[in-house]
Amino acid sequence: MSGFIVKQPGLLSLLHDRGRYGAHKLGLTTGGPLDFIAFDWANRLLGNDTNATCLEVSFGGLQLRADTDTCFVITGATAPCKHNGVNVEQWQTREIKKGDELEIGFASAGTRIYLAVLGGFDISPSFGSSSTVLREKVGGLSGDKLQANDHLPCAAGRLAEHCCLPEQERPVYGDSAVLRVVPGYQQAAFSKLQQWRFFNSEYQLTDRCDRMGFRLEGENVHSDLVGMLSEGICLGAIQIPADGQPIVLMNDRQTIGGYPKIGSVIAQDTPRLAQLSPGSRVTFEAISIEQAHNIHCLAQARFLRTIPLSC
Amino acid sequence: MKIEIAGQNAFVVYFAEHTSAAVSAQIQAAVDNILGSMADSIVDLVPSYASLLVIFDLDRSDPYAMRQGLRLALANLDATDAAAGDLVTLPVYYSLESGPDLEVIAERGKLSVEDVIDIHQQQEYRVYAIGFAPGFAYLGEVDERIAAPRLATPRQKVPRGAVAIADRQTAVYPAVSPGGWNLIGRCPTRMFDPASDPSMPVKVGDRIRFSAIDRERFLELGGDLGDVPDVAL
Repeated sequence: MSGFIVKQPGLLSLLHDRGRYGAHKLGLTTGGPLDFIAFDWANRLLGNDTNATCLEVSFGGLQLRADTDTCFVITGATAPCKHNGVNVEQWQTREIKKGDELEIGFASAGTRIYLAVLGGFDISPSFGSSSTVLREKVGGLSGDKLQANDHLPCAAGRLAEHCCLPEQERPVYGDSAVLRVVPGYQQAAFSKLQQWRFFNSEYQLTDRCDRMGFRLEGENVHSDLVGMLSEGICLGAIQIPADGQPIVLMNDRQTIGGYPKIGSVIAQDTPRLAQLSPGSRVTFEAISIEQAHNIHCLAQARFLRTIPLSC
Repeated sequence: MKIEIAGQNAFVVYFAEHTSAAVSAQIQAAVDNILGSMADSIVDLVPSYASLLVIFDLDRSDPYAMRQGLRLALANLDATDAAAGDLVTLPVYYSLESGPDLEVIAERGKLSVEDVIDIHQQQEYRVYAIGFAPGFAYLGEVDERIAAPRLATPRQKVPRGAVAIADRQTAVYPAVSPGGWNLIGRCPTRMFDPASDPSMPVKVGDRIRFSAIDRERFLELGGDLGDVPDVAL
């Protein structure tokens, strides 16, 4: 069977499509790429289906050997990438031949790197998706992260023309971000003062940030709520437990939870949070649900109207 | 009933302050209405104790259309049919061997272990929510006499099939996991099996009864006593 052989799996490399939807009723979370923007560009540059399975490489350290002739592209966090020992540019499609080595080093800016191959990796879906959720042991290759000697199946193929994303369209990964929030859920249980503190303080990413949630530290924020029933949690929801320190819930969040939430970070900004490292600083900005919808529509328009350059 | 914003593409509908069979039935009826009238706009739904999270597709709908659609879908809830749910009976091997916290619960309620086992079977429970882990169904409500707070220190390992109580809720652990609930028995029925269809024997809104079986029957039904829970601290 054609595909790639994993020589070194890296710290945390996971197969993902766009995520698992419609399975919350079973208690299954969404999964999917933490940075869907970089993920979507990877598939777009290769002309893949928007839901094609890619590899999300967190932090780096991946080495693969091609077992087939195909094409690939690497997007997301900036990392030294080598094809047969020669540096190659990210955000640009390339050919790879059977026997070639592909190496993704450790990220210097950002944390999540995406590797797409022509046609996507061929992973049979579980509950409608190939996305790997370690906690649930679902998706990917038997629900696990990549291991040495794993085989990543994909078809052979070649592109008629190679292309890249214009440089000014590529995301810039820094060490701070303003995260836009649609206030909601138990917002009313936070006093005006507490809300002011939350939206006017700087928070730092702790080292307890993973695909489930990003724990922040900074100014304490408290709600007047005493005990609440568990309820459904959406992507980006900002949960504030009794210690007053916010947790932004990400793709692998539990589907229900019983902590007060002040609102949710918009989907355009969870990728920016996901690309930050511990110690990075974030602030939150409240916007209306209408503004959030406009931001989504503009981002869609930008994605659809930006045409990759042939190169 | 209140419709609140949860996020950019999500509303949360609050049906009541507290949970009850009637509230749970209303939520089920709401799920049916929403899927009946606007399934194309829905990405996912999360029914819970007294609320329903509605996640919608930003490319197929918008906040205005969704709010209006929800108002209409929630206007005429016929909770009578949905109230029934399916009745599912789960066999349980209750014993000191399979339920290491039975004695603690008995002592707390000044009951015998046999009483605790009887009382747990007398009630018909309702699946209020599914979450925490795939297949983990929160069932309520347990008779007050056998209600028990979570363990101060959760166990590192609770075996698959463990039947447990926390406060006035009861559940069957779908897989080996850490857990702070009080263990009273073992159920041989798989609560989550990705390989079978459906992958869960119950869904939110169903009614559950527990029925005692002996050790031999438990093993016959495929139960496994090999995985031993940690000692509670």
